[in-house]
Amino acid sequence: MFTTPLRKLRIRIAAHPLLYRFLASPITMLATFLGAAMILAAFLAPFLAPQDPFDPAALDLLNSLLPPSWQEGGDAGYLLGTDDQGRDLFSAILYGTRTSLIVGGVSVSIAVLIGLFLGLIAGYFGGLLDAVIMRIVDIQMTFPSIMVALLIDGVSRGILPAEQHDRLAIFVIIFALSLSIWPQVARTVRASTMVQRQRDYVLAAQVIGIPSPLILVRHILPNVLGPILVIATINLGVAILGEATLSFLGVGIPASEPSLGTLIRIGNGFLFSGERWLIIFPGMTLALMVLSVNLVGDWLRQELDPKLR
Amino acid sequence: MPRWTLALSLASATFLSAFGPAAANELRFASQGDLVSLDPYAVEEVFTSGFLGNVYEGLVRRAPDLTIEPALAERWENVSPTQWRFHLRKGVTFHDGSPFTADDVIFSAERVRSGASDFKNRLPAGIEVVKVDDFTVDFVTKEPNPILNFTWANWYIMSKSWAEANKVAPPTKGGDTENFATLHENGTGPYKVDKREPGIRTTLEAFPQWWGNADKKGNVDKVTYTPVPNPATRVAGLLSAQLDVVFPIPVQDIKRLEAAPNVGVIAGPEVRTMYLSMNQWKDMLPGSGLEGVNPLKDRRVREAIYRAIDINAIRDRIMRGQATPSALMVAPGVNGFTDTIKRYEYDPAKAKALLAEAGYPDGFSMTYQCSNDMYVNDEATCLAISSMLAKVGVTAKPNIQPRAKYLESVTAPSMDFGLAILGTTPASLDSHIALNSLHMCPRTAADRPLWNKDDLSKIVAGKSNFGGYCNPEIDKLADAILKETDTAKRNELITQAWTITTNDVAYIPLHQTWAAWGIAKSAKVERRADNVFDWRHVTLGK
Amino acid sequence: MLFYLLRRLFQSAIVLAVVAFGSFMMFRFMGDPVAQLVSEETTLADRALIRQSLGLDDPLIVQFGHFAARVVQGEFGLSYQMGQPVMRLIAERLPATLELSFVAFSLALLIGIPLGVFAGLKPNSIITRVIMILSLAGISMPTFFVGLLLMVYFGVELAILPTFGRGETVDLGFWTTGFLTKSGWLSIILPAVTLGLFQLTFIMRLVRAEMLEVMRADFIRFARARGLPARRIHFRHALKNTLVPVMTIAGLQFGSIIAFGIITESVFQWPGIGLLFLQAISAVDIPVVSTYLLLVAVIFVVVNLIVDMLYYMVDPRLRVGAK
Repeated sequence: MFTTPLRKLRIRIAAHPLLYRFLASPITMLATFLGAAMILAAFLAPFLAPQDPFDPAALDLLNSLLPPSWQEGGDAGYLLGTDDQGRDLFSAILYGTRTSLIVGGVSVSIAVLIGLFLGLIAGYFGGLLDAVIMRIVDIQMTFPSIMVALLIDGVSRGILPAEQHDRLAIFVIIFALSLSIWPQVARTVRASTMVQRQRDYVLAAQVIGIPSPLILVRHILPNVLGPILVIATINLGVAILGEATLSFLGVGIPASEPSLGTLIRIGNGFLFSGERWLIIFPGMTLALMVLSVNLVGDWLRQELDPKLR
Repeated sequence: MPRWTLALSLASATFLSAFGPAAANELRFASQGDLVSLDPYAVEEVFTSGFLGNVYEGLVRRAPDLTIEPALAERWENVSPTQWRFHLRKGVTFHDGSPFTADDVIFSAERVRSGASDFKNRLPAGIEVVKVDDFTVDFVTKEPNPILNFTWANWYIMSKSWAEANKVAPPTKGGDTENFATLHENGTGPYKVDKREPGIRTTLEAFPQWWGNADKKGNVDKVTYTPVPNPATRVAGLLSAQLDVVFPIPVQDIKRLEAAPNVGVIAGPEVRTMYLSMNQWKDMLPGSGLEGVNPLKDRRVREAIYRAIDINAIRDRIMRGQATPSALMVAPGVNGFTDTIKRYEYDPAKAKALLAEAGYPDGFSMTYQCSNDMYVNDEATCLAISSMLAKVGVTAKPNIQPRAKYLESVTAPSMDFGLAILGTTPASLDSHIALNSLHMCPRTAADRPLWNKDDLSKIVAGKSNFGGYCNPEIDKLADAILKETDTAKRNELITQAWTITTNDVAYIPLHQTWAAWGIAKSAKVERRADNVFDWRHVTLGK
Repeated sequence: MLFYLLRRLFQSAIVLAVVAFGSFMMFRFMGDPVAQLVSEETTLADRALIRQSLGLDDPLIVQFGHFAARVVQGEFGLSYQMGQPVMRLIAERLPATLELSFVAFSLALLIGIPLGVFAGLKPNSIITRVIMILSLAGISMPTFFVGLLLMVYFGVELAILPTFGRGETVDLGFWTTGFLTKSGWLSIILPAVTLGLFQLTFIMRLVRAEMLEVMRADFIRFARARGLPARRIHFRHALKNTLVPVMTIAGLQFGSIIAFGIITESVFQWPGIGLLFLQAISAVDIPVVSTYLLLVAVIFVVVNLIVDMLYYMVDPRLRVGAK
């Protein structure tokens, strides 16, 4: 069912000298390379990491708070040093990056699916359906994502059994983040759909009696994919930061299986005691990752849709 | 890091020009939370009632070494084993200028037992409070109670005339009408509240008519309190000389602060004992997935868990030496403490053997509840214990929550835990409360099941015994201890009780954490082991 | 116009009602407020008493009825935690949040607009490229991390700026301000920079995009053809045309200021409503949380309404069309 729109997209991209422009932008290339390397490293974490940082039995308190290996007192086995539980920071960052990427990627995907669906039907059919969906979007956008996530976390702690909560924490965060991102997607999609709906080819298709779902999927969807790609990339950065912020506030990913945000929260406790590697390395990893996502997103925005904001 | 030290020495030089000097003898201090209310009966919480101890006073008070000394009562005696006579101090005035008399004591005794007061247990059930004359009050108890006044250091006396004039209602929680006493005070203490902005700042000034001014050791005449929940921010405030006294200081920052030129640290053990509670009454161990079995009912399993925990590693690594491992559920300084009882040695091999013997050679899993904002390094301690248990095969993944949600999961009625980390400070500084509320069987009668749903609201003995430890011998001993008036005999009974509970592995006592206070070099402070900050003993110098 | 306004007001009222009901329902699940109010020594009997006095035993719909009835009268009840009227707690803290937001937003406008204009006029300059990458780096760092770095460097290493609180404030009766004291101004610098950073990059990029678009527009080309001086074209014609959409979209950024305000206030212990909200959430202080949510919703609805009105007045097409 999706082969046709995908082919159309491919043609659009080929017609666009995207690859050429990509090669002409060294910073974008660098960002892509960096981002790809981090993604690869994160997903190969079980093979690259010297230690399983999620296995409590692998941690030894006697190895706690070792400095990075090049500093005095460092241990060659612990490249970036260890945290207060004796956890290898390098391994923890690899696994934490994976968690951050999964949370960001999945929540943006869910948000895009919901936003795409609701945005398409709101923009295409208009009327009462449009009004209801857009009012929901309005209400949703009233509340900053952090607030929504805090509330959802509170509710989830109330309804989930205690032993399940930490295991389900990652899903709670994904749910909260998708909930706060989808309205933006829906708005963008609706706006693009409304433009497309007035176009001659859509009107022509309506006249010859092609059913609405088919028009939506065949003709309108391919034309809104560009803006969606842009908004999805930008929101990937937002979602990764959102996860980190929630974990920093202590309502996100639990400390037994830390994400980058959790690692920064733990490191924050050692800000004045000299173990600064605990906050610098996870913080810098996070910033680099989001920066490369944003650089790519920014470039895509310029190339695909200069007017989109 | 020489750069750091340099920056700090520069800091001490530059801050004065940047922020301007503090007002004459102004004590600026910060802790993690705000006091909940100015109403001295609203909530029993160490910080709030400790803070209010500078504003209000009880009939007795605790000296820096925690011994009981006279305050609003000059002296007292036992007319009979059940009748206590208190002679009140004359010439004491409340902050509004009205005199302090026996009527105020009678009023306070009524109010502390009314409404949603959190201090109802200060006066045992059935006690009669009788005014003999304007400066003499009798307390008549049903049974002999040798430790009646042990908990009175933070039962503060309120003014009857003030309360009536301002329509101060019994203590309330929530509701629609604001209680006048929440935001206003009228104590007899050395400091009176100047301005209260809840959650932001509270300023106080010395009360010139305080009866004890003549022997007041300190020289503080203005106090500014700021709640600063984030420990890093708190430490930064002390280092940059925006604050004079800061507590608690995270243990990892102590070394750094000691190296700083303008700051010092005083640390010492608290009277609070940290312990692990083990759920040994539920038929199914929460989080284990086992049907109809609770491994923790088996004493061997409890000992195995005890022995799997390397308390010295926790002291050295997590607490950085700022903890005293404990064999007892009470700390040194609590009446009835004895050092004859020892901890079970750390021995993971023996732990594994015990588990195998009990029928769990591959271990088991359970729900492990932890807090992250209640005790010193509670989260890190929890994680470390989880990793130690994993090494003997017991899977206890910590479920870490902030105070409100944590207490909801651990306390009655849910008690949804296999293992939980908690701390206890007996308010009377006597072993009896610890035995009574943590070790007596939580039931209304010997033939009732433990924590029976229908009896929940009637359970008094063992009311904090959420692990459901139950040994009828302890029940008998605890009752005997309460009534025994002979000190030597009483202490012997207490030792006997502690020996039994240790043999039963009722709980796993962990340690007394040390509390560290960061103090500017210009200030002299006496730290009390119960973490009450008494401003009378603070001397500021330039 | 009147009809349009009434319609929007009606829609806004529905939004508020939904928010009130939705947030209220959530609290049912947020944990037990009684647990936060008692000590470990409190007996279950006393807990039951408290539960009853808070009205937590009533059916949910009855509780909501009480809540809604009081809200309509402007009564938001007492904070469970602090025993004081919620409205007073919020009113005491609102000045702190508004002053912080105001300074942060001003910083963002004063720096963001000129940078954006520059980047829009000289899109290929090296400086523009550097600015653009730096601005991306700015929004790639989490707010709390930026705040912590600033705090450690300027607050502790250099020790030239306060690290927490508002400094000394002056009470004007209805408003406490930090703008009248030196320590107040020093205290606001770090939080305002932390909070303003994201807005700054946002506004800069918005202005740049608008400038690029306007500079391509016909009337600019005509102006150029007429030989008007470049400065006059850039500032009289181009900038003026970019500012209307910039101001409206920036106005709608209020929500994100509040969101990031929560984090900033928590890092710097800024005694505003964000910090109050954060403390109330962890203490399950339902009256505070629900009032805060309502307040945020009201602010958003009002801002939205104003923006809509502006559009209505600026864009003649809206007056003709149905919507």
